Amino acid sequence: MKDDLVLRVVGKLLIPFILLFGLYVLFHGDYGPGGGFQAGVILAAGIIFYALIYSVEEARRVVPEPLVEAMMAVGVLLYVTVGVAGQVLGGNFLDYFVLAADPVAGQLRGILLVECGVAVAVTGVMLKVFYMFAGRGNLDQ
Amino acid sequence: MDTWPGADGNLAPEPAIETLIIEVLLALMMVTVVALARTRNLFGVVVLFGVYSFLMATVLTVLDAVDVAMTEAAVGAGISTVLFLGALLLCRSEEARPVHRPWLPLLVSVAVGGLLVYGSLGMPVFSDPGAPAHRHVAQHYLANAMDETGAPNVVTAVLASYRGYDTLGETVVVFTAGAGVIALLRRRPGRRKP
Repeated sequence: MKDDLVLRVVGKLLIPFILLFGLYVLFHGDYGPGGGFQAGVILAAGIIFYALIYSVEEARRVVPEPLVEAMMAVGVLLYVTVGVAGQVLGGNFLDYFVLAADPVAGQLRGILLVECGVAVAVTGVMLKVFYMFAGRGNLDQ
Repeated sequence: MDTWPGADGNLAPEPAIETLIIEVLLALMMVTVVALARTRNLFGVVVLFGVYSFLMATVLTVLDAVDVAMTEAAVGAGISTVLFLGALLLCRSEEARPVHRPWLPLLVSVAVGGLLVYGSLGMPVFSDPGAPAHRHVAQHYLANAMDETGAPNVVTAVLASYRGYDTLGETVVVFTAGAGVIALLRRRPGRRKP
């Protein structure tokens, strides 16, 4: 699809907004529909869209595979770290009340961090699975 | 705790238009499934999968489960369609003729379907406020989530805070799935068999 002018132009226009929408879904998850999982999938979909239009090699240059593999682990570790932080600060595992002076603020902070962890892990896994499949077939041809 | 709206049997009548919309969507989903089973062209099958997911997402939106609808649309219709298309490049685009008669699988499907329908007869009426699922912790979540977590979206509050353990488990499952795909599909240079 590399030579399709319409797709290239529309993609160039749309992909920033797709990524922005992913971030909106992530950070607005407390107030509206959405959350870490949905945000992760939308972010991954934006990159995959880019890979389909501009070739997988180009996408690998933008989001390299080592970064994607690291994201998979970092997301889960971020989640666990928030849980352990609750323990260190005097609560139970995954207790968010102790993360800030005010219990409700602590809850909000914990929820946001945890959702970020989920989003990072999901983006990493989705992109990695896509890269693995794309590496076997020649998606660019 | 035995008072809930409709406890005396006088449920508010459900809006007819929503029921109608859901029934039309479910009918369309049935048509899609039949078309799926009859299509031999795998590209058509992948597209029909996407159609099915979008219809499901619309049903979930009508049911006010917007978070689930978003996931269904993004994962079911978006990512898995791309992955199916990627897998399709590795094989032929026409499904092979089955070597067996379809009677045994058909019998199993009908039997399982019948059992599920039989099981659903014992479930509470749709949107019954007295259903067990609505009378345990759900009332506490709906009443106190805003005060306890500060998150107006109760779904997020339950998912990330009240049920944080479960979401941690889910995240680990997603991670494990990714690790499994890496283990299965990774190419080791120099060790490829012809």
